[in-house]
Amino acid sequence: MEAPLLHLALVGTPNSGKTSLFNALTGSRQKVANYPGVTVERKEGSFVTPSGRQVSVVDLPGTYSLRGRSPDEEITRDMVLGRTPGEAVPDLVLCVADSTNLRLTIRLLLELKNTGRPLMLVLNMFDIATRRGVTVDVAKLSEALGVPVVTSIAVRKGGTAELLRRTDEIAALAQTPPAQNLWQPLTVAQLRATQREADRIIASSVSLPARPDTWTARIDAVVLHPVAGLAILALILFVMFQAVFAWAQPLMELLSQAFEALGQLVHDTLPAGLLQSFLQNGVISGVGSVIVFLPQIIIIFLFILLLEDFGYMARAAFLMDRIMGGAGLHGRAFIPLLSSFACAIPGIMATRVIDNRRDRLTTILIAPLMTCSARIPVYTLIISAFIPDTQVWGFANLRGLVMFGLYAAGITSALGVSFLIKFLMWRDYAPAPFMLELPDYKMPRLKSIAIGVYTRAKMFLQRAGTTIFSMMVLIWFLASFPTPPAGAEGPAINYSLAAMIGKALEPLLAPLGFNWQIAVALIPGMAAREVAVAALGTVYAIEGGKEAAEQIGQVLATKWSLATALSLLAWYIFAPQCASTLAVIRRETGSWKWMAVTFGYMLALAYAASLATYTIAIALGAG
Amino acid sequence: MSKRNGNGQHLPLGTARRGYSGVIQRLATGDVASALSANELESRLIELGFVEGARVEVLHEGIVGRDPIAVRVENVTIAVRRREAMAIIVA
Repeated sequence: MEAPLLHLALVGTPNSGKTSLFNALTGSRQKVANYPGVTVERKEGSFVTPSGRQVSVVDLPGTYSLRGRSPDEEITRDMVLGRTPGEAVPDLVLCVADSTNLRLTIRLLLELKNTGRPLMLVLNMFDIATRRGVTVDVAKLSEALGVPVVTSIAVRKGGTAELLRRTDEIAALAQTPPAQNLWQPLTVAQLRATQREADRIIASSVSLPARPDTWTARIDAVVLHPVAGLAILALILFVMFQAVFAWAQPLMELLSQAFEALGQLVHDTLPAGLLQSFLQNGVISGVGSVIVFLPQIIIIFLFILLLEDFGYMARAAFLMDRIMGGAGLHGRAFIPLLSSFACAIPGIMATRVIDNRRDRLTTILIAPLMTCSARIPVYTLIISAFIPDTQVWGFANLRGLVMFGLYAAGITSALGVSFLIKFLMWRDYAPAPFMLELPDYKMPRLKSIAIGVYTRAKMFLQRAGTTIFSMMVLIWFLASFPTPPAGAEGPAINYSLAAMIGKALEPLLAPLGFNWQIAVALIPGMAAREVAVAALGTVYAIEGGKEAAEQIGQVLATKWSLATALSLLAWYIFAPQCASTLAVIRRETGSWKWMAVTFGYMLALAYAASLATYTIAIALGAG
Repeated sequence: MSKRNGNGQHLPLGTARRGYSGVIQRLATGDVASALSANELESRLIELGFVEGARVEVLHEGIVGRDPIAVRVENVTIAVRRREAMAIIVA
């Protein structure tokens, strides 16, 4: 008879190396999903022990206690207690500790003991501890704690051998009836008592070196220095921007060409007709226009994971906390907002590092206001068509200034909206405290980073294959049906539902100076903002491709007034119509409501900004 | 390199400057204007290792208003805002 599946749960404080242990145990056999009803990431993997037993392991969110003060921590508590519906009760809870820093984990372990679950303490990063002169009397520690203790070096091959052997031993024992759960939320006095107890146990079985990690102290002396620290942060940001915009470019062009070629192949092999148009314009160019962003997503996450693994992220939050606090943002919102300059999708995904629900929601709501790279083609097109290439104030280029102004307007409005959200919705809540462990620096591990980037890329592609794909099909349908009557002139899109919608929207958009062609272009722009450029090209009956982008500039210059162009630029600062961003917001907040709120407020801002721009421009004689 | 507080006077960690080192005497979370209730703040501080008798040292200060501060608590470094650190009475 085959032994039943063994369920393990990993519990530990943040920075305990829990995730690298999880990666070491499971490799790429991981599944990332959400727990039902909440946006907490559920990471599950599987492996086989040396004795051949199948093991399923969940990596529970990091926590310092079982009090459950955030959705993440509630999941950890409920999973350990076996209270989560539809989830297996763990057969063995592995409490993972950073061996250089046992204090807080031992306290957590003492609390975990009350749950009655079979428990094992894993002293992870044992090599680093040994190198620093930390010595642990493992047998004595195990005796004092009353639980098995193993050492592990998650990042080294074979570093988990002892852990696996002990797991096998524990699993092989006859099933003892589980001990009773005596856990109750600890009072302050009990918390204090368990920390004292933990300190007493550590004093008796662990000897700590006199000096802390000198490398961390040396790096922090520079990285957290008020002047040098900010300069280094700025430099890191600069390199990251360079990477996202410049290094990703060749790859993106390659992908884009590949999709174009694929579309052309379909075009050439299939007979002209609906199927051909559906595959080429709907599926391939639609999904392709999103997958093109994959290199940027990978690079952004590569940077984020590297900095996170190294231990720098907590420092960036430390440096930025007060600066961002003025706008009602948490220090940890900094990196997600930064990522949103490439694309709001990885930015919104990165908000998971913010543990306070309100702070996270504020960050998600304003992330789409950061000028994402998809707006650049639209900005470039309009600026080059309408803004003269002249010098102002002797040194600045007017076009560059307008571009800078558009970025600045995005950032300013994001800060303003954040301030308003706080004032309107959460006035009665004082700011969540900023209490954050600054972990010792560690060399990032290639394998862990690779697994992390791989899982993110997979999630992105899965979404491109589902949500975004269905949006594309819908937009293609609107732009293609009904087909033009026989002998009709002009582009087919003029007869489609999209055109009807555009004409229906025209009266609404007329005060902004938008004609029906712009209204139509805004519809396929839902899929990805830069698609609006191609759509304008189609609507103005110009051939697609790169040439068109140059030609269309000339056409626009003759057909639109300056006021209309400025108004459209103002619209795109806010540009609510990005289906993929909305889909990600829906998924990350777990609610249609917040998706609707984002769409609604951005639409309102876009309308107001365009209306103001158009009215003022007309008044100044730019009509 | 770190100087001890000369006269052994009790003071809130929230007022300490970089380089200060001392020992936690008590937590006075009731006297602090934090977003958290006194109980919650006290629980969180304890969970991060701020208990009576722990050695603390202020390692770094933030840029604006010297806030937040990075505090070495025994062998862990924790960043807190001065507002919350006012609850930690040291000497």
